[in-house]
Amino acid sequence: MIYLDNAASTRLDEQVLEAMKPYFFDTYAVATSEFGYSMGIDAKEALERSRESIALKLDANSEEVIFTSGSTESSNTALKGVAWAFKEKKGKHIIVSKIEDFPVLNTAKALEREGFSATFLDVDAEGFVDLEGLRNAITKETVLVSIQQGNQEIGTVQDLKAISEICEEKDVLLHTDATHSFTRLPLSMKELPVDLITMSAHTIHGPRGVGALYIRKDTPITKFMDGGFQEFNLRAGVEDIPSAVGFAKAVELVTEEENGRLKAMRDRVIDKALSGIPDVTLNGSREKRLPQNANLTFHYVEGESVTLHMDMRGFAVSTGSACFSRSLEASHVIRGIGGDHERAHGSVRFTFGRYNRMEDADAAIEAMSEIVARLREISPLARK
Amino acid sequence: MNKGLKDSTREADYRSSGKGKLEKGEKMKFPYSQKVLEHFKNPHNVGKIENPDGKGLEGSPACGDMVAVYIKVNPDTRVIEDVKFESYGCASNIATASIITDLALGKTLDEAKKITWKQAAEELGGLPPIKAHCSVLAVEGLRAAIKDYEEKHGLITEKEPTTEEVVKKRLKHVMNPLTGLDIIRTNLILKTSVEDGVVRVVVDLPANHQFAPAIKEDIAEKLGSLWDVERVDVVFTA
Repeated sequence: MIYLDNAASTRLDEQVLEAMKPYFFDTYAVATSEFGYSMGIDAKEALERSRESIALKLDANSEEVIFTSGSTESSNTALKGVAWAFKEKKGKHIIVSKIEDFPVLNTAKALEREGFSATFLDVDAEGFVDLEGLRNAITKETVLVSIQQGNQEIGTVQDLKAISEICEEKDVLLHTDATHSFTRLPLSMKELPVDLITMSAHTIHGPRGVGALYIRKDTPITKFMDGGFQEFNLRAGVEDIPSAVGFAKAVELVTEEENGRLKAMRDRVIDKALSGIPDVTLNGSREKRLPQNANLTFHYVEGESVTLHMDMRGFAVSTGSACFSRSLEASHVIRGIGGDHERAHGSVRFTFGRYNRMEDADAAIEAMSEIVARLREISPLARK
Repeated sequence: MNKGLKDSTREADYRSSGKGKLEKGEKMKFPYSQKVLEHFKNPHNVGKIENPDGKGLEGSPACGDMVAVYIKVNPDTRVIEDVKFESYGCASNIATASIITDLALGKTLDEAKKITWKQAAEELGGLPPIKAHCSVLAVEGLRAAIKDYEEKHGLITEKEPTTEEVVKKRLKHVMNPLTGLDIIRTNLILKTSVEDGVVRVVVDLPANHQFAPAIKEDIAEKLGSLWDVERVDVVFTA
């Protein structure tokens, strides 16, 4: 199986597993205070070292990073935490982009049901948030803006610098979902006034079920789950130290050389599809896009048929077609960029990871070329 | 250390071991039967008939799938002598169109009309219920092609006046994309009325719902072709 769905999840790196193992079998105690027993102190040190590695990657301080169970929890904590902390003090309005992934999108909707108001910002045909629209949407009541760094489906990378400047000028907190961009793109807290960042290990060959949330010092946030006082009293529950160690290791293993390799495979697929297969549209931006993501619409064919044919040939890819999704709804991202059902219907996403080689990109596009030609043979829409 | 490269080699071993590839007789991981997959991979009766005697085009803009069915009919015996289809659809849609055209070939129009989705699904060894709407389209395509032939050849003698019952029957062919079942069965239709050639349909959805325009279009298309209907008003609840 040639796995090209690395945005969904990735294969664990053996080095990550090796780094985690001691914390299952040797240093398995909970993290104790410095007055605890030595195994607990060792565990605590491992946890803090991991926190430091992640903070370092962001040019942030360790006390600004908490571990969570993944992106979903991180974004829930960020949005609900800030909204609840502010509702009596400032206002009850939040702003998110229309093409956010579900943790942000559906948390915004949940807050709406709770009496907050939410603005779902439009994006342009390539998926970029309208900066003027953002500026105009911010009111005195606005407590938080949440705009992702890189899009999960079409790979578009937002101009976070411009967005953060607007938020700073308007004195509104900014959260960004960096699930698909953390370590793949620069993200330095020395340069960007972002207040909260969602991160996940599973997109970078780390373990599933662990993520992190960066919370800039002094950001007002209300605890989301009740329980113990772990993670600076912001995230209750026994710390998952093996996962934290695994996440830190995964972060350490991503190199610029690797990001360059992913980008080369991405470009190979995009260039070959656009030049070698007729009636193909690139979804998202050509220039400002995640290094691991290619997303193309192959017109006149349906995505589930494509993915099934690809699977029978040993490739794992994904599609925004309604027929493929559990909800039978066409991709809200493709629809958000102004695409109709037809555009979502034939969209195919290829996402690369550490274990892909250039041959995989070549083989995938070769298979796509044949499959698309065959399906167009039988399509009533295709020009023949 | 170039760890990525080392692991790529491991991956290559995994690949060449044949794991993850479908061997003959191996149990499919898909929700589709072996027969569905065979018809999907190598569909029968694919293509277009030039100057067909009857043509049916069925599509659900909401789901996006579309199917065209073409028939050649012997004018004396009314036997379907050739049948072809084109599909812009998912696996269920393609496989059903393939089996339904197999079933229709050599049958008289009256026999072919009676072929049901259930029959097609049985022939295929079952279809996932959530995919019903994609595959029903193929059956409707065949029926539409037959109807087209009958209309062109004056075989429809009685013109049935459009009543609420007729409207309801037609609306059973409009799918609720939220569930994959039709809008009548999923109680999406609150009210229908027919008066002086105007059909009014009240849909239990807000007008700004993602699927509202598609459902509206679908309803208008299904009812607008009725001989005594002049206008179709689709009303949303909010």
